[in-house]
Amino acid sequence: MSESLIAVPLYRAAHGRTGDKGNRSNISVIAWHADLYPLLLAQVTEAVVAQRFANRRPARVQRFELPGLAALNFVLDEVLDGGVNDALNLDTHGKALSFWLLDLPIEIPATLASLLAGPALTGGD
Amino acid sequence: MTESTSSPLLIGCAAGFSGDRVDAAGPVVDTLIARGGPAFLIFETLAERTLALAQLRRRVDPQAGFEPLLDDLLRPVLARCLAHNIRIVSNFGAANPLAAARHIQAMAAGMGLPAPRIAVVAGDDLSGPQHEALLREQLGDAMDSIRKVSANAYIGAEAIAAALDAGAQIVVAGRVADPSLTVGPAMSHFGWRADDWDRLARATMAGHLLECGAQVCGGYFADPGYKDVPDLHAVGYPIAEISSDGHCIIGKAAHTGGVVSLAGVKEQLLYEVHDPAAYLTPDVVADISAARLTVLGPDQVALTGVRGHARPASLKVNVCHESGWLAEGEISYAGPRAEARARLAADVLRRRLPDLALRVDLIGVQSVMGDDAGRLLEATPAGDATDVRLRVAATHTDRAQAERLPREVTALYCCGPAGGGGVRTTLTPRLGTLSCLVPRGAVPLRFDMLDHLPEAA
Repeated sequence: MSESLIAVPLYRAAHGRTGDKGNRSNISVIAWHADLYPLLLAQVTEAVVAQRFANRRPARVQRFELPGLAALNFVLDEVLDGGVNDALNLDTHGKALSFWLLDLPIEIPATLASLLAGPALTGGD
Repeated sequence: MTESTSSPLLIGCAAGFSGDRVDAAGPVVDTLIARGGPAFLIFETLAERTLALAQLRRRVDPQAGFEPLLDDLLRPVLARCLAHNIRIVSNFGAANPLAAARHIQAMAAGMGLPAPRIAVVAGDDLSGPQHEALLREQLGDAMDSIRKVSANAYIGAEAIAAALDAGAQIVVAGRVADPSLTVGPAMSHFGWRADDWDRLARATMAGHLLECGAQVCGGYFADPGYKDVPDLHAVGYPIAEISSDGHCIIGKAAHTGGVVSLAGVKEQLLYEVHDPAAYLTPDVVADISAARLTVLGPDQVALTGVRGHARPASLKVNVCHESGWLAEGEISYAGPRAEARARLAADVLRRRLPDLALRVDLIGVQSVMGDDAGRLLEATPAGDATDVRLRVAATHTDRAQAERLPREVTALYCCGPAGGGGVRTTLTPRLGTLSCLVPRGAVPLRFDMLDHLPEAA
């Protein structure tokens, strides 16, 4: 049973929020259930997040773990084109970035499907 | 110590930024009165840019430079706060706390209220010539090439606590760190020392949860089908119940919309946090790496497990300076081949303005996710979107050069692709920020009771 994996977007397993300070963005990725947290640890790595934001050319991506909250905190350096004062983006704060990360594809064991947020999965998964 | 110093303290927050809702405070104050006991109301109204904008207003009018909505924020609740001994602490003094205090004094008099004891916190403003050498020590030659607008140190809770100890009913500050608006009242109420790191750290995180107003009550959270929030249109503002160990229970104003949920409080706890083991403020280094959140009941979430370490030796200073002009222009295309026409219009602008580094957004296709250099847009194959708004932006230090962009966007009406409509253009002065650290001792802080200050010249 546990070998059977299903592909879902990260937002089914986690939620999050973006914050900014200067040219640095932080994005929280918080498991909807503690049993989903190990999957985040394994699959939402610094390298994966750096790749997700490759067009922003992050100078550094750091991941901090908060097991008591079943949450990860990502800090992305130099991804805001200078930040609130300097960026030409309409969203100078980068507030929308969390939802870009939450669309990341991940795989979860089918046995954990009942812990996902959103509509129930269909199609026999 | 009186008995009240060990009883829990209620702190309500009625604003999370300059321009926040002015009808937020009423339900918060109603709830503080109904719950009884010692209580404070805070308004957090400063962001990185807000102070520079306030300083620019003060240049024009020496009596201006405080929160423009001060009157609208405070007037609806001032009488009830004074009548029920709910003390008010805020950074709404911005670039001119003294003028804000005088304004409140006049407001109270005009409302026929007994004169409140108002304290003014000073010392954060380093924009004067006497501080030039200090800033130059840290920023060096960078100071020569900028036109400075403002310079403020992020100061902590001590002056606020001292002002409250001295009997202030209203404390008006400028650039205090956001969480310090909560730490100050807690220090004063519980009689904590300024090196009681664990307690200060816990109150700091309570302040952190409060400082963005509705963001911990279901604001900035709703995502239909995933994170549903009841009555978001009437979202309530938060109230923290702080205990004598500094930990807090987050709740919200009664009879309001929104929700204080585990998920929402987690998001806000990590908002604008970098290393969770070292959240730096002027008061303390807070460590939330082992923090826990527990639901105690409807709209009641408790925070525990926060630890503190000795505060940083230096204070952060932001120096804001004029940095040229931001030019923006937009035009819409709709119907068949709308995206192709919008892309052609962008191409026209690039060729007409080859020396400006243009950012291009195709709103409806790709905009905020893109980078200023256009790498993501370049990697996005042209599609056939049928309702597209082209937006371009560029900056220039010279206003005349920047103005070429809005003119060229406007010219697309007659000279651009077919069917372009709805041109809007803006030209905005820009502010840049330099940050540095200065030794704590170089920033002498104080508070003054307004009664003891000389009248305005």
